Amino acid sequence: MTTFERYRFTPWLLLAPQLAIVAVFFFWPAADSLRQAFYVQDAFGLGERFVGLANFQRVMASSGYWQAMSVTVLFSVLVAGGAMLLALLLAVLADRVLHGARLYRVLLTWPYAIAPAVAGILWMFMFDPVLGVLTHVLAGFGVHWDAQLHPGQALALVVIASIWQQMSYNFVFFLAGLQMIPTSLLEAAAIDGAGPFRRFIGITLPLLSPTAFFLLVMNSVYVLFETFATIDNTTLGGPGGATRTLVYKLYEDGFVARDLGSSSAQSVLLMVLVGALTFVQFRYLERRVQY
Amino acid sequence: MRYDRPLLDRLTHLLLILGVIVFGLPLWLALTASTHSAGALQSGIAPLWFGGEGLANYWQLLSQPIAGLGVSALRLLANSLVMALGIAIGKIAISLLAAYAIVFFRFPCRTLCFWLIFVTLMLPVEVRIVPTYGVVARFGLIDTYAGMILPLIASATATFLLRQSFMSLPQELFEAARLDGAGPLRFLKDFVLPLSKTNLAALFVIMFLYGWNQYLWPLLAANSPEHATAVISLKNLVQSTDTLPPWQLATAMAVMTVLPPVAVIIAMQRFFVRGLTDTEK
Repeated sequence: MTTFERYRFTPWLLLAPQLAIVAVFFFWPAADSLRQAFYVQDAFGLGERFVGLANFQRVMASSGYWQAMSVTVLFSVLVAGGAMLLALLLAVLADRVLHGARLYRVLLTWPYAIAPAVAGILWMFMFDPVLGVLTHVLAGFGVHWDAQLHPGQALALVVIASIWQQMSYNFVFFLAGLQMIPTSLLEAAAIDGAGPFRRFIGITLPLLSPTAFFLLVMNSVYVLFETFATIDNTTLGGPGGATRTLVYKLYEDGFVARDLGSSSAQSVLLMVLVGALTFVQFRYLERRVQY
Repeated sequence: MRYDRPLLDRLTHLLLILGVIVFGLPLWLALTASTHSAGALQSGIAPLWFGGEGLANYWQLLSQPIAGLGVSALRLLANSLVMALGIAIGKIAISLLAAYAIVFFRFPCRTLCFWLIFVTLMLPVEVRIVPTYGVVARFGLIDTYAGMILPLIASATATFLLRQSFMSLPQELFEAARLDGAGPLRFLKDFVLPLSKTNLAALFVIMFLYGWNQYLWPLLAANSPEHATAVISLKNLVQSTDTLPPWQLATAMAVMTVLPPVAVIIAMQRFFVRGLTDTEK
């Protein structure tokens, strides 16, 4: 690509705002996190002392951290599984219809616009122990629902609210993926006598697998970060840590308990985790571009 | 490909309509509950149909300070708008300039600059929340709009997308502009910007939704109610009381909070789908 070669100063002028913001609000805090992870603050916050890997050892040795880790993993699996299956089903259906396809798309994608915090509140209202519609339906089946008391129900509440939101995101990508599948392939299979179900298993599903993999990573990232708001508005991590994810724990340790060393170590561990996820994502992206 | 399978067609529509209803139900119930009085709500199951108190509930939120918060919903929604627009416009503006510099200029450390910006994709603000708070506090920006906006625009999503879109512009365009004697700024204004309109609109939709729906950062950066956003204020209505929450107000507030982003997503559906599939890939 030809470029403006004679301008020496202009590119720096153009880059300056973004570089400055990234330096101050990204690299500085990130470096701070890294440094703090190796220090311990004294009780009055006046001095600090280098402790090597002690913060990490403390985090890794605490059962709370591993509980948060397993909550996060379970949460991710449930949300990714639920939201992807639902989205795939609805996208296949929406791809089939001739009339009203556009309307269906709008009516199934709008939940993406809703903040995770609000999604949590809307579902908490439906599951309210006193007047929730679903609580009364469940009572009809003999289930006593109170998410503030039962750990399993609390997790179910935030999982359902998250699936509701992530479904629309996955739906957009699955529908785009379905529309990119060449009709000639499906026609050829039909001429060979393959019914709708065989065509779906043999052609559609394999061709959608890159999209599915991409969504798996994105849904995990969503659960890691965005569900903080859902949790903070509904279960507050409880009962008994049943809905305390890694980021929720990081927030509690950093801002409520003010344990800077531990929260920084958790930040660094989270960075490694997200870094690994991003790396996997890019490896996959590279392959996809060649494909 | 189509086959004449009327039964399957009908089943498809049936399932889709079912899906639309299930996905609409939470918002529908919030909408109906927000039109009832507190007393009516306490006496049983959440109503499936509208009541007569809608205007009173919404008017109370918009005109009077919310209990335990001290500001009205109008102020909260205005704060959300400032934050969402600030993030959307700010992010697009700085990313536009940076992407333009990276694509159309050659200068030392160009690749390094790109990677310095690019690496921000890896760590959302939630990961570095504690030290970010420290940095923003050091600049005295806690409880200011700037403090709420700036850390959230330190990310490369928009730069990355605009770089891709600039690189796909036809090479002949650049040659023609050069022959016309256009300098960098004129080239940007007269050629690049008009051709990137769709991408910019798509980016705007995604960034507006992102900004409007932020939670953890404004929760920390907006210490006082004067800067609180609509999204973070809801917790006050739902969690503050030991008794039954004032659901008629909480649902009304929730409806007002989701209205602007839902309107944007419906009105700009085409740009939304494009923005979503482009920014994430």
